[in-house]
Amino acid sequence: MGNLNDALLRPYTRKDTGWRLFLKTIIARAYPRIIGQQREVSWLVFDLIMPMLAVIAYVFVYRALDAPEEYIGFVVMGGAMTAFWMNILWSMSSQLYWEKEQGNLALYIMAPNSMMAILLGMALGGMLATALRALAVTLLGIFMFGVTYTVISYVQLFLVFMLAMIALYGMGMMMASAFLLFGREAWHMANLAQEPIFLASGFYFPIKSLPFWVAAGASIIPLTLGMDAMRQLVFPSGFQFGFMTVQWEIIILAILSVTFIVTAKILLAHIEKIAVREGRITESRR
Amino acid sequence: MQTSTSWRSFRMAAWLGWLIESNWTDPFLFAVYSIVKPLSGAAILVVMYSIITQGNFGSALFPYIYLGNAFYIYVGAVMTGVSWAVVDDREHYKTLKYMYIAPIQIPMYLLGRGIARFITGSIAVFITITAGVLFLKVPLNLAEVDWLLFFVTLILGVVMLALLGLLLAGITLTVARHEGFIGEATAGALYIFSGAVFPLDVLPEWIRPLGYFMPTTYWLELLRRSLVGNVAEAFPTLAAFSNMEILGVLTGLSLFFGAVSIWVFRVCDRRARELGLIDRTTNY
Repeated sequence: MGNLNDALLRPYTRKDTGWRLFLKTIIARAYPRIIGQQREVSWLVFDLIMPMLAVIAYVFVYRALDAPEEYIGFVVMGGAMTAFWMNILWSMSSQLYWEKEQGNLALYIMAPNSMMAILLGMALGGMLATALRALAVTLLGIFMFGVTYTVISYVQLFLVFMLAMIALYGMGMMMASAFLLFGREAWHMANLAQEPIFLASGFYFPIKSLPFWVAAGASIIPLTLGMDAMRQLVFPSGFQFGFMTVQWEIIILAILSVTFIVTAKILLAHIEKIAVREGRITESRR
Repeated sequence: MQTSTSWRSFRMAAWLGWLIESNWTDPFLFAVYSIVKPLSGAAILVVMYSIITQGNFGSALFPYIYLGNAFYIYVGAVMTGVSWAVVDDREHYKTLKYMYIAPIQIPMYLLGRGIARFITGSIAVFITITAGVLFLKVPLNLAEVDWLLFFVTLILGVVMLALLGLLLAGITLTVARHEGFIGEATAGALYIFSGAVFPLDVLPEWIRPLGYFMPTTYWLELLRRSLVGNVAEAFPTLAAFSNMEILGVLTGLSLFFGAVSIWVFRVCDRRARELGLIDRTTNY
């Protein structure tokens, strides 16, 4: 008890601001997610097995249809990438809503750190589980279905993946503010954004198969172009299924990244302002 | 008195479930939500099928896949609808403890809560099949449908799914975390082993017996047969069995799984009461 009082009464030796505070916030918010995952190992079962079930089902549908082997690879890659979309939907977009329900959101708003840093910390903390899910599905494809990958350009592949992730998580931050405004409908909205996005973004088939304007519209979701480019870069016959060239997809993903992150920053600042001024955002209504 | 309590529990739970399911938004958004989700799931399969077969919707495999997927909506809806009521009441609304001390039958209450999902599931199934008939030439001729077989199979299957939901609800009562995923995981696994969107013959040989043991395999087969007749029988998996034989297997397996479900629920329910798990919230 004495130690606690000492700690409380002791003056600040250093008060972090600016980029130091931003960085520390990211680490602080990522920490419980990473540690929490290690303490509750059962998540492995659900987080790894569930996305595999859909992949297995779709692979067998292609097998029943005697589809060319590339399609098995397309499904496996799509299945691996669903992990990132689910992470965006449930662990970022609707996260602020859950934080509100649990009473943490008011604390986040009151704290002197950036909401963007908090969301970034959540994203990075959840990235471990997400990357493991994606890896597990990829390995399933290799060992169970004999999918082979032939990377044409590692530099382009790295660039596409990183840009797709930056744009995707920027979008997640944008959606987090929007979902907060939906109130209790947020859960349903996240639920609703699953299958239609799986369809429109071509998670289980090449996006080129959809009508041009549908595919173009779906390209607003960064994973659409990201997956299309990656399929072109890791499968030998991928180019013939490409929606547009990899170079164009890289340029568009770069534009989406900047647009989403700037918009997310503006929206989060707006939400923070509403929360402080009206006290409405942080109240929990079941 | 016992029957009356059971019926009252079931009826009020069904009404409560419907209010919870439908009152979160305006009717238009609710309708969109109820329609878009299942249609998108079906559309993924339709696009996959269309790419590989160059749009040959006349093949027997198409109605097999399409109808199997459409009726599989019931599996997720009814089974998880019953088990999700535990998570909803305990974690979200924190009312499960009050339900337990109220003069109601808890199993009947949970089964009643699944009714709302059954209704929304039925709407989704109807819309999916109608879209298939109107736009994708699913060969469904209403005059040739074996309605008696269809309704007997449908009712038997829905009761079987509700009882499986009760089994999952029992497990949900005793599980600390991830209880919300139990229903989804089970529905996902059954999707593979029930021949819902591909014949069981496509599965590796060593895993097929699991599919033959699942009542949903026979349920989906009979629903297809009752609606489109010989098209479903074209696949060798269950072609050697007559409709009556499959109905017999389905009834037997439903009785078996129903009995197991009730037993598991009772065991889990007793354990949950003894360990004080009824009012536990994890905020997870």
